[in-house]
Parts: sequence; C-alpha cells; structure tokens
Amino acid sequence: MVFDKHVAAITQIRTVLSVPLASLQYVVSWPIELFDKLHDTLNTHDSLVRENLDLKVEQLRLRAQVQRLLAIELENNQLKALMRSATQFQNKIIIAQLLAVSADPFLKQVIVDKGSRDNVFVGQPVLDANGVMGQVTQVDLLTSRVLLINDVHSGIAVQVARNGVRAIAVGDAYSDKLRLLNVPQTADIRSGDILMTSGLGEHFPEGYPVGQVTTVNKDPGLQFAMIAVAPAAHLDRSRGVLLVWPTNRVKL
Amino acid sequence: MIEVHRKGFIILISFLIAFILTLLPLPSWAVWLSPAWVLMILVYWVIAAPERINIGCACIAGIFLDVLQGTLLGEHALALILVIYLVTRVHSRLRMFALLQQSMIIFLFVLLYQGILFCIQGFLGILPSSWLYWSCSLTSMLLWPWVCSILRGWTYA
Repeated sequence: MVFDKHVAAITQIRTVLSVPLASLQYVVSWPIELFDKLHDTLNTHDSLVRENLDLKVEQLRLRAQVQRLLAIELENNQLKALMRSATQFQNKIIIAQLLAVSADPFLKQVIVDKGSRDNVFVGQPVLDANGVMGQVTQVDLLTSRVLLINDVHSGIAVQVARNGVRAIAVGDAYSDKLRLLNVPQTADIRSGDILMTSGLGEHFPEGYPVGQVTTVNKDPGLQFAMIAVAPAAHLDRSRGVLLVWPTNRVKL
Repeated sequence: MIEVHRKGFIILISFLIAFILTLLPLPSWAVWLSPAWVLMILVYWVIAAPERINIGCACIAGIFLDVLQGTLLGEHALALILVIYLVTRVHSRLRMFALLQQSMIIFLFVLLYQGILFCIQGFLGILPSSWLYWSCSLTSMLLWPWVCSILRGWTYA
C-alpha cells in the first residue's frame, strides 16, 4: 500500500490487471444498459413524437443562443489577442458513457468507457452538460477512472463569475459538496455566486461552470471564511459525459 | 477426478459472481448495506474446501477487489488476509457449527474486516460519513445462511 502511494511503477501493474477485469465491469454494466434500451424501445410512438417536438424546440432555442455566443467568443478572443495577456482555447471534445458500476463508497469516482485506445490521458478534464465533473486519474486500455470534483483528493482552481475573485475548491467528504480553501474573511463572495474554472491550475480549460455558492459562514473566531459550494454538474445522475482535449493553447 | 474438476469450476464461478455482485450499482441509500460478498465466499470455501482455498487466494482476491474498486492497491488484500488467517485457524471447528451459529461468527469476521478497512481509511484521511458503514456486517450475517445453503446445494447436487 505504501508502494502504491509512492511508486509510480505500481500504476503499470494496476493497468495490466485492469484489462482482464474491465470485462467484468462490462458484464455488470451490460444488462443494465440493455434494460435501459428495452425501456426506450417499448416507449410508445406518441411519447416519442412529443419528445421529438420538445427537443426540436429546445434545439432551436439553443442554436439561437449559440449564434450569439459565437460572436461573443470571437470578439472576446480578439480582445484578448489585442491585450496580449490571456490564453485562448478551442477544445476538441468526445462523448463517453459512464459504466453502470459502483466504485468503493469511500471514493467519489466513476468509470467511463473510453481508454488509452481513444487517447484519453491522465489529468484530462471531464464535463457534463451542466458543468465540470472531474478529471481522469487512471487510464486503462478500454476504460478510465474519473475522480469527481467532490472527492476529498480533488482540487480545482475557480473564480467567481461576478467579480473574478479566485479560489481553490476542494471536495468535502461529509457533505457531497465542495468547499473553498483559504478564502479571507473579507473576500467578496456571497451565497448564490456562480463559480467558473479559472484555468489557472492548467488542468481545466477556462470558463466552465463549477458550482454555486450555497452558504458563506464568516466566523470571526476562524482564520478563513467557510464557504460551501454545490456542484453544477449532476455528479450522481449523468450518463453521458464529455472528455475535453485542451488544444490550440496560445500563451503570450 | 471429474468431481475434483467440478468443485474447482464451482469455486471459480462463485468468486466471479461475488465480484459481479460487489460491482453492482446500488441506489445511494443502499450503498453501505451491500454485504462483503467476496469475504463471505472466501470464508465459505475455507470452511468447505480448506485444501484449496487458503491465504494466498485471499491475497489475490483482495488485489482484484482493489483494482476493481479503485482503492489503494493492497487495502482489501490486507484486510482479507488477516481475516482469512483467523478463519483458517478455526475452520474445522466452524464446520461443526449450526448455520445460525456460523452466521454469528460471520458477523464478527465481517466486523473485523470492516474495522481493518476503517483503520486504513483513517490513515488515508477518508472516513465514512455515516454509521451505516457498520451495517454491512449485519447484512452479511443475515445473508450467510442463504449463501451457505445455495453453495452447499450446488456442490453436492
């Protein structure tokens, strides 16, 4: 165990062992996915048509929004280039499915069905439709393990969307939420503030939502403010997740 | 000879099923209730076939469990080895016990197993957030008679 914590070569043993054992994970996951699929096929025609209509409306609305965002992003990148100060991102993304497999309840981890075959790498950011989910910590041939942002071992550099105050959000073992580390009592963070990734940790691309501040407790007896953050991503419900390759990174 | 092969096959399949049951995703309220399947199967075979299943098997099963669950490599292995060592010391006595008496003993074994895991997790700084953590030994105790009779029925069918 001590070796696992300190010697990197052990991860290779782990990777080799994981290849045959991944089949077990697929065996467990398969009937559950089959059940989901069966449920989908047995859905009545009517409900599918209705869902289709709803989705079309939703898509139209989103496309309108994206058009606006594209213009803003272009303008933003131009401004940043003008200011010669910031980093620009354009990301490659693929969609991965979660395997329906439980990890040890001590750990906040999930397993996704993309591995080194798909060029997944350790430290890769993982998002869902609502925000940042976590980062890849172990890559095997067929699967990889994702450390969720509410795990105790996870830390992520964030900034408040309202005013750009920076902080580090770490997982809290007892509440399934995150908390902000070492924020001075005087910092301007209120409950309800949206936190985004700041990109300063160089792990996560900039500007993805991380969570919302739920409580701010400024106890004069403590050195730092106690700030709890509810994660934006649906850490326990998402099935499809996005793996992001930060590319075209221009540092000036 | 065929009898020997058959038993080996049953042992292998029972371990496979135990691993699959461990991996089965559960709703969040039931996460801590999931019994220690692998430990139960190990204990059963140490009692039923002590000439085949020994501490080495416990070590291998533990390492597989660690890889599957993503815990520190060797965490479950250590816990399983310590518990199975105790079981091998008393296996001939356990075999004489009635089913209910056995499940009481299983309760103690699983409690010890969880205690060891609890200590290791304590060193790592991640302790369980609810007292339900310990309920695993209760569910294991309740399921022991079923596991035992199913495996016994299968072996001597």
